[in-house]
Amino acid sequence: MIRAVETDVAATDADSSVAVKTIRVRVLRQDAPGRESYWERHDVPYEPNMNIISVLQKIAAKATSADGRAVPPVAWDCSCLEEVCGSCTMLVNGRTRMACSALVDKLLVENADEIVIEPMTKFPVVRDLVVDRRRLFRSLERVKAWVPVDGSYDQGPGPRISPKEQEDAYPLSTCISCGCCLEACPQFTKIEVIRRDDESQEEFDARRKAAFDKGFLGAHAISQAMLFNAHPTGGMIADERLKAVTSQGGIQMCGNAQNCVAVCPKQIPLTRSIARAGRAATLWAIKRLFDR
Amino acid sequence: MSQPRVLVIGGGLAGLSATMRLAELGIGVDLVSLVPVKRSHSVCAQGGINSVNSLTRQQGDSEWKHFDDTVYGGDFLQHQPPVKEMAEWGPRIIDLMDRLGVPFNRTPEGFRDQRRFGGTLYKRTAFAGATTGQQLLYALDEQVRRYEVEGKVKKWEFWDFLEPVLDESGRCRGAICQDLVTMQFRAFPADAVILASGGCGLLYGRSTMSMVCTGSAVSRAYQSGAAYGNGEFIQVHPTAIPGADKLRLMSESARGEGGRVWVPRIPQDSRDPRQIPEAERCYFLEERYPKYGNLVPRDIATREIFDICTNEGLSVEKDRLCVYLDLTHLSRETLDRKLGGILEIYEKFQGVDPRSVPMKIFPAVHYSMGGLWVDYERSGSGGMVEGSPRNHQTTIPGLYAIGECDYQYHGANRLGANSLLSCIFSGLFVAPSVISSFDLARGWGGGGHSGQVFERATGRQEERHESFLSRRGGRENPYSLHGELGDIMTRAATVVRRNDQLRKAYDDVCRLEERWRECSLSDTGNWTNQNVVFTKSLGDMFPIAKVILKGALLRDECRGAHYKPEFAMPGIAATSPDEQRREAEAWCDRFERNTAKWLKSSIAKVGPDGHPEISYEDVDSSLIPPRPRLYGLVGAELIEEVWKERQAARTPASAEAAGRQPMTVGAG
Repeated sequence: MIRAVETDVAATDADSSVAVKTIRVRVLRQDAPGRESYWERHDVPYEPNMNIISVLQKIAAKATSADGRAVPPVAWDCSCLEEVCGSCTMLVNGRTRMACSALVDKLLVENADEIVIEPMTKFPVVRDLVVDRRRLFRSLERVKAWVPVDGSYDQGPGPRISPKEQEDAYPLSTCISCGCCLEACPQFTKIEVIRRDDESQEEFDARRKAAFDKGFLGAHAISQAMLFNAHPTGGMIADERLKAVTSQGGIQMCGNAQNCVAVCPKQIPLTRSIARAGRAATLWAIKRLFDR
Repeated sequence: MSQPRVLVIGGGLAGLSATMRLAELGIGVDLVSLVPVKRSHSVCAQGGINSVNSLTRQQGDSEWKHFDDTVYGGDFLQHQPPVKEMAEWGPRIIDLMDRLGVPFNRTPEGFRDQRRFGGTLYKRTAFAGATTGQQLLYALDEQVRRYEVEGKVKKWEFWDFLEPVLDESGRCRGAICQDLVTMQFRAFPADAVILASGGCGLLYGRSTMSMVCTGSAVSRAYQSGAAYGNGEFIQVHPTAIPGADKLRLMSESARGEGGRVWVPRIPQDSRDPRQIPEAERCYFLEERYPKYGNLVPRDIATREIFDICTNEGLSVEKDRLCVYLDLTHLSRETLDRKLGGILEIYEKFQGVDPRSVPMKIFPAVHYSMGGLWVDYERSGSGGMVEGSPRNHQTTIPGLYAIGECDYQYHGANRLGANSLLSCIFSGLFVAPSVISSFDLARGWGGGGHSGQVFERATGRQEERHESFLSRRGGRENPYSLHGELGDIMTRAATVVRRNDQLRKAYDDVCRLEERWRECSLSDTGNWTNQNVVFTKSLGDMFPIAKVILKGALLRDECRGAHYKPEFAMPGIAATSPDEQRREAEAWCDRFERNTAKWLKSSIAKVGPDGHPEISYEDVDSSLIPPRPRLYGLVGAELIEEVWKERQAARTPASAEAAGRQPMTVGAG
């Protein structure tokens, strides 16, 4: 017994010698929109149970690159740190994912030499790892992702809903708008609109919105359109959503690569939503043909 | 005056419901948030939202009982009329959220399903999977997006609220905010400002709260003269997963299904926990509470776990306080069936399978019951007067506070699944009140006058900002200081509070604030400078930290989440019936004296020297007379008997009330 304990202590000592090792981190930085990006190396002391957020926190606190230069802290977005707010999407070792649930111990198994952190590529970089994802929220407006209630005054309960319908809707409703599905989609390409000197904020906003509206909606918004079309009250404007889903930048752009569903951190059945949207769009088109 | 406009700070449940209701009433809203509102901290709430419903009603439940449970759970430290009003609105709020499309869990017949939560005997809690907060927030976010498309709401996401702008009479006329991307300042004139900025968990370093819960917006209002109520009441959840970046909740159901809490008897025993024999394990909850074992109420579990780590030095790890929560004696099949979801969270963030290795857990700061003091107007029926401009107004006229950042609903301790209700309720309820206040806000002189006030305020903020950027050679690192602040607050002002420790912590925080003035920035640029934003919000944590510490220091009693062993009231020790009776009488005497002295809210105002000045406000407890919480106390039955006799001797009405209301156990 005692021997076993000694062995364990020895093993722990060996672990703690591992514990003082340094994590080599390479970050793709960019000072502002339109500026050149550049790589920067950081050494972060290893601790057990770290995630990419705590790595970035240490980089921010130290503000010194691996070659000893004082550098401004790397900028990044985060908030809840439990994979439910959707803020901290970035590329870690080349894969789009949430920084909060990207665990260092697992990443080091993938690649012990270094951890590579980059901003998403399908959204304009604001600074370093911070990207501008307002297009993603604009897409929710395009598909009218809401239940069109009369108002917020008391009108009694909502419609009766079977457990089956609820179980169908719930996973779609857990979408955190992180943008992983869009980053991984070959059909979803970056739209970056730079403000002109002679342009007012309002003019710029309008021009940017028009540019967004030509782009692909992507799995995120298509899935939300299906969520609201399946709701008894939400479905009352199903046609309007189908119109949005089939106009420019709509479902016809989907190339069926199925990357979206593979990278979704919430395991939302996005390809099922897309298939449903496709079927509904076809039926709707036929119906329109006969209504004419 | 042009079209009225309201500025809402914060886009969680409270801010979004206020925005939705105001837009519906035709008021233009500017909605300012540190993050896209869909990413607000409300998404983290898991359990559910409380309300009386048709089912519980048939089992004898009522709005009154929900009200009573809330007040009892809060140890009577809240004004009762607002709580009564909230409980009465509960059913309507759930119906509304249902209509907005929240995917509440359903019964086989298609009705909303309900579960039972702590502090009540009824299945009052509607829920949507394990993400009720997220689902409620999304429903409101969607409605606000709809109004945004219609041009009734303008969102300012990634913007920081810096200060309320007051006119010469002290009325709030708008605010100065800063764009976190371009770092530009902007004055927002408004007919009223509503703060809905949430809790202040980041004062404690790491907590269960999101990174945006710095409390800075509230602190800036406080530093501008708004009073802060019941700061010392901070709810700590007994079981969270300690992480390097955040403390994530581990549901109580892990213990409910047979989880055992223990520490090795050898301090920081480095063996694999599975190799530590039974005899060398200390199952301290089971040893100290043989009757309840691991399922003691939340506050007791929290205290004991904290105590064994900090005072007895038996934390599993040396540098990180934690104890084992062990499920490994249960079959994997049982665990997957009953606890699948929550075990996956542990696995996802710890990378360890809790089915085969004991989890490491520790209590974590979870909710601030205290917040900005807000007013209300009592109605004839004991509720609130709908549309009174006083409702939810802070001590600064024209500045309102709702949601977790007000002090109104949860007293000394919040009941599970009541926070989502209070956030949505206060958001909906404040809208007509704010609109009524427009009449009072008329009469500011010409535009030039107001222009000067905003210009001065903007100039002040720009200057402050520049002074941070141009500071050279300071030796202090804001991130390290934040870590130190978190350690001080966590040790002194969470679970167990001692006056000597609180006094020392107060001095330490003051010293830390001095050191903060020596902070130098590692980023002096003017584009998405998170460094300067963090440093500013760190500076705003100290005033609130001092409010919490001073409030806790002055409050020499135990109430709800505030526990001082020195002032605890032990149960009955005697064995002879006569002696027991005498002790129960003495206990009730002491309870009455304590109630007379301490059933008061602490109200902090910032003093001229920057230290908080604390006064006390009587609590309107006219609807439900205060009664003792006796859970787990030796001799509780006898004390209760004596208490009821006394009530009966006083007034027939209150005796009936005391007899009718169950002495609910396990509140919180």
